[in-house]
Amino acid sequence: MKTSSGLSRVNPLTYNLSMAGFIIGVIASMSLFVVATKAIDYTWRWYKIPSYFYGTTSYDVKADIQGTLESIVTKDKKTLIIVKGINDSEEYSLPESGNMLVSVGDNIYPGDIMAQYKKTGIGLLTKGILVTLEVSIYASIFGIIIGIIGGIMRISANPALKWTSIVYIELIRGSPLLVQIFIWYFVFAAIINGMLTSMGIHEISALWYGIAALSFFAGAYVTEIVRAGIESINIGQIEASRSLGMSSAQCMYHIVLPQALRRILPPLAGQFISLIKDSSLLGIIAVRELTKATREGITTSLQPYEFWFVCAILYLILTFTLSMFVQYLERRMETP
Amino acid sequence: MIKTENLYKTFYGDNGENVNALVDVSTEIEQGEVVVVIGPSGSGKSTYLRCLNHLEVATKGHIWIDDVDILDQKTNINKVREEVGMVFQSFNLFPHKSVKENVNLAQRVVRKKTKNDAEIKTMELLEKVGISEKADMFPAQLSGGQQQRVAIARALAMHPKIMLFDEPTSALDPEMIGEVLDVMKSLAREGMTMVVVTHEMGFAKEVANRVIFMDQGAIVEEGTPEHFFKNPTHDRTKLFLSQIL
Repeated sequence: MKTSSGLSRVNPLTYNLSMAGFIIGVIASMSLFVVATKAIDYTWRWYKIPSYFYGTTSYDVKADIQGTLESIVTKDKKTLIIVKGINDSEEYSLPESGNMLVSVGDNIYPGDIMAQYKKTGIGLLTKGILVTLEVSIYASIFGIIIGIIGGIMRISANPALKWTSIVYIELIRGSPLLVQIFIWYFVFAAIINGMLTSMGIHEISALWYGIAALSFFAGAYVTEIVRAGIESINIGQIEASRSLGMSSAQCMYHIVLPQALRRILPPLAGQFISLIKDSSLLGIIAVRELTKATREGITTSLQPYEFWFVCAILYLILTFTLSMFVQYLERRMETP
Repeated sequence: MIKTENLYKTFYGDNGENVNALVDVSTEIEQGEVVVVIGPSGSGKSTYLRCLNHLEVATKGHIWIDDVDILDQKTNINKVREEVGMVFQSFNLFPHKSVKENVNLAQRVVRKKTKNDAEIKTMELLEKVGISEKADMFPAQLSGGQQQRVAIARALAMHPKIMLFDEPTSALDPEMIGEVLDVMKSLAREGMTMVVVTHEMGFAKEVANRVIFMDQGAIVEEGTPEHFFKNPTHDRTKLFLSQIL
């Protein structure tokens, strides 16, 4: 909505001068940066980037144990290498097209590159984006579910529900997300996975503990947003629906929540944009999301500048898309 | 139909200042009766009305609706409210739902009617309040008078035995008051039991079977409109009438 008011009129000359100043400022700071990178002899190699999205990557097959190469068998378009040690043996497989660097009977030591092969497919950064998206989508869905339940509990007349919600909010908001991720991964995950293993069930991967940490973190903020949304609904709406014989649950579901959710869409979007950015912390517990993938990309390419810029821009694309989507939703949900 | 006995309502203020909104209110309203409650602002007339469908919980006393004691903890108040329609000063239509959905909703959710049955009833009622051509519009697109007529249709959709009106015309522009009053008058002619809090003395004179005058939480005087407007007995009533007529 554009508004023009007599209070905010700017004289055209001032306007143009300011605009020119802004553009000059942007260009100047960018040039300064380029000059500075020249001064420290950084060579930009942007051409290296695309292959990290999609392309052919070369992989090494490395031995883990010491022993003799027993056999090389090709079957079903795969090559199988078997290394036999003194009292153990290990199998390695690679595509048929791979290039063998050793032959049967050779002595193998740990770390030896036995073969190399190339594979075409999505690269490191694309995988990172997919993981970031996966984490963000799951955490947003769980976050909003937790938030709605928490928000309703927060305004409940039942003190047990209300105080559960308050304690949850204060605990989550009072400590750094990074610490919470550590607690989820090094405390909860250790306990839960330990129990699962002792029962003979598969461990849950770090990804899910990361999602849990983000969900509960976002959930606390969403709880407060939902509470504010519910409280912003005119009491007359509740009176009208209750006077028609609706139960408080029916009133909440049909009248209050639909109106509240529409109102809280903008702050909710802000929260989920934060969530996407916060997911970058999950690299610390070995979830290979975008930031972690970028760091790995830098170790193989040795081009940190390009990678960090690309990483930042990818986050910008994700968050911008989300905010566009929310604006679209807001327009769609608008009633006259 | 509605019987109140020694009803008290006290609002407890944070600063220890309590307001006695209702003081010993006892009255009985028969089936088919149209009762108009009048009185200065703060006299407790709205509080009385809101106590009747438990939007306010009376502090002390008894209310029977159709012989059901609504202040009894065991009473399912939602069941009682299904039988008691209420129309508010500020309409309180659901802004996120179209006119049709506003009227449909409770029929579907509370009365568990099928979509078809609800829709037939809805269109019939919208016809009755003269607004059927706006069925697909949203409340914000309607004038105040139209909104209030939709609100009446919404309450009627539940087939209530009693209709409560809480200053239904006070928020309206003067030229829209008539259309709402007309709907209320036709409802009264059909024999609906109605309790109306209003400042429309014309409506009271024309339609009411009985007028109740309240002041400072208590019923000061009640009687037929003729008695009330021609020869009121209490000084307080005379003063009030002289101020507004």
